[in-house]
Amino acid sequence: MNAVTPSPKLHDCRDAFVSVLERLGADNSRIVAVCNDSVGSSKLGGFKAKWPERLVNVGIAEQNMVGVGAGLANGGLLPFVCGAACFLTGRSLEQIKADIAYSNANVKLVGISSGMAYGELGPTHHSVEDFAWLRVLPNLPVIAPCDSIETAAAVEWAAAYEGPVFLRLSRVGVPDVLETGHKFELGKANLLRDGNAITLVANGTLTHRMLKAANFLAAKGVEARVLNMATVRPIDVDAIVAAARETGAILTAEEHSTFGGLGSAIAEVVVAEAPVPMKILGVPGVFAHTGSAEFLLDEFGMSPAAIAEAAIALIARKSSRA
Amino acid sequence: MQPNDLDHIARQIRLRDLQAVFEAGAGHIGGEMSAIDILTALYFRVLRIWPDQPKHPDRDRFVLSKGHVALALYVTLAKRGFLPEEEISTFLKPHSRLNGHPNCNKVPGVETNTGPLGHGLPVAVGMAKAAKLTGAGYHTYVITGDGEMQEGSNWEAISSAAQFGLDNLTLIIDHNRFQQGAALKDTNNMAPFPAKLEAFGWDVTEINGNDMAEVVPALERRSNRPHCVVAHTNKGHGISFMQDKVDWHHKVPNAEQYEIARAELSEAV
Repeated sequence: MNAVTPSPKLHDCRDAFVSVLERLGADNSRIVAVCNDSVGSSKLGGFKAKWPERLVNVGIAEQNMVGVGAGLANGGLLPFVCGAACFLTGRSLEQIKADIAYSNANVKLVGISSGMAYGELGPTHHSVEDFAWLRVLPNLPVIAPCDSIETAAAVEWAAAYEGPVFLRLSRVGVPDVLETGHKFELGKANLLRDGNAITLVANGTLTHRMLKAANFLAAKGVEARVLNMATVRPIDVDAIVAAARETGAILTAEEHSTFGGLGSAIAEVVVAEAPVPMKILGVPGVFAHTGSAEFLLDEFGMSPAAIAEAAIALIARKSSRA
Repeated sequence: MQPNDLDHIARQIRLRDLQAVFEAGAGHIGGEMSAIDILTALYFRVLRIWPDQPKHPDRDRFVLSKGHVALALYVTLAKRGFLPEEEISTFLKPHSRLNGHPNCNKVPGVETNTGPLGHGLPVAVGMAKAAKLTGAGYHTYVITGDGEMQEGSNWEAISSAAQFGLDNLTLIIDHNRFQQGAALKDTNNMAPFPAKLEAFGWDVTEINGNDMAEVVPALERRSNRPHCVVAHTNKGHGISFMQDKVDWHHKVPNAEQYEIARAELSEAV
């Protein structure tokens, strides 16, 4: 398999989200958008212009927003509840648990500007806990698309899926790494590059960094497998077990805390099914200092070069075990 | 169905509820007794429902936001034909679908899962808003406890219901003046409620929530605004030694108390 080279053009995945939402909304009047005074930051201006009555803005009241979403679904509508990921998940966690997940309400939760997208606004506005908070909830798929193509595919999938979904989107520009026409499959990782020295796994804004890290490694003669794993729950057990058995080491990276996120979900599988050396890169359990998302990702050891170095160190651990 | 008939049904529901609490050794009997007249009026007179089609799109919606009185809802739903009456004896037993708080994916007639307080009203606002958007003719009712009104999420919902012009929404506050551990007035006294709701743009009716002759017309009232029924009730209503005693929020009667309570409730059945 040839390595995928990310295209240089950067995309704001919110554009892909609203583009699909408006396309689907034109044919399906059950689709409504619910927001917390976040028309601009959720890029719902176009939706509102087309269907003002179908944009339900509850104001700055996230608990009510999620409850209203559950009620709209009960009344036969298909609500996309949109808000900054930090407030949507943190402020309304109990509503997400009881009203959405436990009630199995057909509501699509869209966390906008997740991770450290709000950069300099600081940790109150960062959402680096949402995987951990939400992936423990039954019934709720947790999905972090890696580019505009996967975002569009995941939104299309979520609209057709009967049940609650959490989509974790960013505003930070990312290059497209998947091929046009890509279909989203829940709980299925995408093999972006094959290799046998190590497996690199990421999602969201980290996938393209992983690919670049793999290119650094290839230049040194180290062939890494790269998996894009948008679905954090349900996790792709088969891809993880295969990666462990076939490559012997797994390095993960995510725009999330190293506690409880993608890496943790993978580690749970590795420990139980196929123990191999692992390293989890992410926000290392601290409140981030001031900086842009890109700066902070680099700062926390997730530049492509730093990821490649971590991979080489991990591969060394693999050899020392042999 | 006339108020006298409804009173008769309410007494039967109280008796079955009491028996189930006694047999299960748990329940929230005080708040169940305060709300049963309202539940009876809703299910046997006011709500447009089809027990054999619990998901009928045109059904009126009812949300029990004070989910801890689930047993009173189960008994009412069973009596109305949503589930077998004999199933009430499984309340709280292992694997029973009738646990301490209602589950909409297991119990026909339950619309949304409640238990944590301050959840039902926002969901009810969404239901009423959905009817506005789709043109559906159903009405949405939600009952909260008075202590529950201390949850801030309720006031977010109250404000949005007025903003959305939800004249198809009725909130009933079961104002029995007691919460789990104390009298409302001794914790965070949200009462009096009417002026607060009116200030948010709601139509408000105050009634004796244990008097069927007042309950029925209040629930049937329609306005051009969201409607709040402040239902003055008695915790433990119908059982003299429980009435207005905070201990009876979730206390269980012993055998002697059970017989006294049964006798009192049976008198008029």
